[in-house]
This record gives sequence, structure tokens and C-alpha cells, in this order.
Amino acid sequence: MAVYERAYRGYTGPTTPERRRFLIPPRYAFAEVFRSRLFAAFFAGCFLWPCCCAFLIYLHHNMSALALLEIPRANLLAIDAGFFLWFLRIQGTMLGFLIAFVVGPSLISPDMRNNALPLYLSRPFSRTEYVVGKISVLVVLLSAITWVPGTILFFLQSYLDGADWLGSHVRILAGLLLGSWIWIALLSLLALAVSASVRWKPLASAALFGIFFVASAAGAAVNATFRTTLGGLLDLSAMVQAVWAKLFGVPPPLDLPVAGCVVSLLLVCLLCVALLARRIRAYEVVR
Amino acid sequence: MSAVVELDGLEVRFGKRAILKGLSARLEARSIGLLGPNGAGKTTLIHTLLGFHPPFRGTALLFGKDIRTEIRDVRRRVGYMPENDSFIAGMTAVRFVRLMAELSGLPPRAALERAHEALFYVGLGEARYRRLETYSLGMKQMAKLAQAVVHGPDLIFLDEPTNGLDPPHRLRMLRLIREIRDRGVHLILSSHLLRDVEECCDEVLVLKEGVIAAQCDLAEERRTNRRFLEMETRGDDGSFAEALGKLGCDMALQAGGRIKMVLPEGLELRELYRLAAEREVQIRRLNYKRDSLQDIFLKAMEGQQHGRV
Repeated sequence: MAVYERAYRGYTGPTTPERRRFLIPPRYAFAEVFRSRLFAAFFAGCFLWPCCCAFLIYLHHNMSALALLEIPRANLLAIDAGFFLWFLRIQGTMLGFLIAFVVGPSLISPDMRNNALPLYLSRPFSRTEYVVGKISVLVVLLSAITWVPGTILFFLQSYLDGADWLGSHVRILAGLLLGSWIWIALLSLLALAVSASVRWKPLASAALFGIFFVASAAGAAVNATFRTTLGGLLDLSAMVQAVWAKLFGVPPPLDLPVAGCVVSLLLVCLLCVALLARRIRAYEVVR
Repeated sequence: MSAVVELDGLEVRFGKRAILKGLSARLEARSIGLLGPNGAGKTTLIHTLLGFHPPFRGTALLFGKDIRTEIRDVRRRVGYMPENDSFIAGMTAVRFVRLMAELSGLPPRAALERAHEALFYVGLGEARYRRLETYSLGMKQMAKLAQAVVHGPDLIFLDEPTNGLDPPHRLRMLRLIREIRDRGVHLILSSHLLRDVEECCDEVLVLKEGVIAAQCDLAEERRTNRRFLEMETRGDDGSFAEALGKLGCDMALQAGGRIKMVLPEGLELRELYRLAAEREVQIRRLNYKRDSLQDIFLKAMEGQQHGRV
């Protein structure tokens, strides 16, 4: 099919390994996402807080800098489980949610709206690979701002404070990793399920927003009406906060049963997987 | 000859509704046409062969590979041009075709090269950096063809490829399809336009309400039709017809000097002209039999029985 001949010819060259093909859609998706300068600037801004945290950790261990700045060490935020939990709250629930809000709806809904799925799935490329490829976009972006910088901060603190601190605070690392992955899984699956269910991107964004904020408001209303805290079981972010608090070993912001929260979050994730399994098909069958 | 498609009691159901009802056929030609009215099951058959719908009963083999168990092997060898608008919004044509080529297994560099070539090949070379959503319907059809051929498949499924095309675009599409076929690629073309199928296909499967209404080898039909003539003569007193009979022609005489006849093997047309000249008979009109597919299709639509024509 050389251009000068303008005639058809088959392809006889090498092919790529099939097990790596799920990485192709994310590569295109990343290029699309970072084509927006606004998003690129926002994503770069997501590393400001980790940099501030790193500076704070550094200050804690640099007496001469503290003396120069005339700040007593006791006045600084303590580097403990609460510090890392706050780090995760800002990076995960605030910035992570914004990333999922911006990127998530554009992952599948344009493919659904323009009937692109038959083109993907008529190739040696399965539905699972499609979903894994798409979800990996969010997983990579969210990981980059949550557990990756969090782990770096943890090891920076361990390096500056010594092996004893590392030994006695391993739970923080476990909480950081597990907590981040719970949030990433929930947010990514929800964003993808919404994107697969709502074909119009602005509506998909609104739906994702509604799932978190309308449910949160409904939970608060239940709490106020029935003078209970169980309304928090309708609020996804409240449930995640409760689980995080347990993982980090700090007092929870709301008195919610952690086991109930874990089960609810698991159910939401399974519901999203079921929805994706139902929606991601080459053609929707009208029975 | 090895079969391209083998169907054995293939049944596909959507819920309780049977869409394909026990199809059995062996299709061997390089280009296969699927004909039938809307709702006959043509597109469902293509989707089933691509593994989009699981068979409820029976089997289907493509190049000897079972679509139930070896669908990945099947998809490695096929290209698919869907009937409806199918593209990825926000992408230029070259980026879109490159993505499709990469998903089919081409390395990124080769995929980009082939994407450019495929778009030039279908006539979108100048528009290849335009976003797909800005394309006209005809251009979108061509872009769909480009993504179907970019990875050099052995078999291409074309679902109503001339849908919505104006006459020049339709002719161009049919020319490309024939050219691809002549380069050794197998085709399965679904259409409700007899002309498209007649121009591009060697074998035809006619579907009606989910069953095979007829199967016919068009290439053989064309060969047979080359021997079937319709003639209009002037000035024959009967001696011309008699002479034709002596040459071994089967014929039927009609009013107005019209003769329908089948030429025996080995008899050349010039022999007819020689006989006519000797008897001073004018041959005013001489046609080969045409529209055989239309006859086959109409016969198939009248009856339900499956038969090889």
C-alpha cells in the first residue's frame, strides 16, 4: 500500500506482543489529557502540597534552619499518623477527586457515543483489556499524587529520623498504601462506570459529582433527622474517611462502623464492575 | 477448496427471540455477499462471526477456527467496517487509523506509516489531519474502510459499505472493494443492494427472517449466463432457427423474431453471425442474460426453502 502506488498490499512486518496491547489506549488517553495546558498546570500544582510536606519534614530535622527562621520545633506540625492522614485527605479526596472529575468522564463516554467499541472489540483486544487500559489512566494519575509522594515522604522522614522511627511507624506506611488504593479503586471504578453509563460527557461529570455530593447531603439529612451517624453510610467520602482513620490508628471524624463502611465500599465497587461488564459490549442487544 | 466460513446449525438468540435460526452453509469464494431485506439477520451473522454475539446453538468456523473457542485467532485475521457511524471523537483521521492499527498489533512506527498509506489509498490523503467529526458521511465511510484495511487482514467484513453514499462515492467505494478483493483479500459484504453484491461478490447467501433462503455461486452463474443469449432478428423465414437447432442450440422462439437460446460448449458467437449473413437475416439485438441475482433474490424472497441455486 505504498503511497506512490496507491494500491492495496497486506502487512507482513512484525507485530507487538498481545499482552502489552492494553497499554495502547492509555497512551493515547494521556496524550489527549495532557494536551490541555490547564490540566497540565493543575496536575503540576498537585505536587505543591507534597513539596510543602517534604519541606516541613526537612525543617523538623534541621535545627539551624529552625533557629534561622526563629520557629520553635514544638510549634511545627508533628510528623505522625495524623500528618500523613492529612496529606492523604488533601491529595486524595480533594485533588484526586478533581482529577477523576475532569479525566474520568472522557474515558469511555465518547467511545460509547460514537460507537467506537465495535472497532476496538473486532480486533484481538478483549473487553477486559479495554477496561483495564482505560482504568489505568486514572490509576496512574491518582497514584502519582497519592501513595507515590506519600511513600517518598514516609521514607524521607524515616531517613532523617532513623530506623527506629521506621520500625515504630510501619502502620503509617501500610495505611498510606492501603488507604490510597481503596480510594483509587473506588474513584476509578465509579468514574469509569459513570462514563460507560452516561454518553454525554458533561452529564457524566455531573453524575459523578452528584454521587459524592448529593449522597453526602442525603447522609447529612438522615443524620440530622434521625439523630444518628449511620447516614454516613450513604456518604462515600465519609466511609472512606472512617476506613482511613482506622488504618492510620487515629480517632475517626464520624462514629461509623468500619466493617459496615468496608462492606458498603466493596458493594459499590462490585456494582461498578457489574455495570461495566454490562455496558462494555460491541453492541447493545435489544431483547 | 478450504471454506472461508462454515456454519453448522448456527442459532443466535437475543433473549427469547431467535434472530438466526439454525444456519448451515459452507462458503468458499473469495468474496461472499450477504443479501436480504432489512431485519433478515445479515448484520447479526457478521457480529456473530466477529464474536460479538455468542451462538445459542450450533457452530461457526472462520478459516477453520471456531468462533466460540478461538475468537482471538479469528480477530487477528479480520478487518471490520461497521454499518453505522463508528469513530473516536476528537481525533484526527490519521491518529484514529494509527490507533486501530496499533490495536491490531502493528508497532507504533509501522502503524503510523500504514495509517498514512491507508488514508491515501481510500482518497483521504489531503484530509487526514482533520478531525473525524468534521468529515462528511462519504468521508467517514472511507475512514472506516481505511481502519478496516490498515493492518492488512486476510478477511474484511463490510457491512453496508455504500450506505448513504452519493453515486461518485459509491462507485469509488465499489472500485476499492473490488481492488482489495483482486489483491487476494477475502471479503464478506452485507448489503440490501443487489447491484453492489453483484459487482463485488462471487458467492451469495440470501437471508430471510433469520434463515438461509438461497445460496448461490455467482461466478458459476456468470459463466452459465455467458452461454445464455437473447436475440431479436428480422427476415427469418424459419431457416435460421432451424440452422441454429442443427448446431445444437437449445432455444425458444418468441413472437417478433425474438429467440432465447443456450449456446452449446465450443460454439462461438461469430458462427451465429455467419449463419445469419448466409440467410440474409438481420440480428437487431443480442444480449447475454443479465440480472440473474435479481431473479435468484426474488425467487428466494417468494419461498422460504433453503436451496443451492
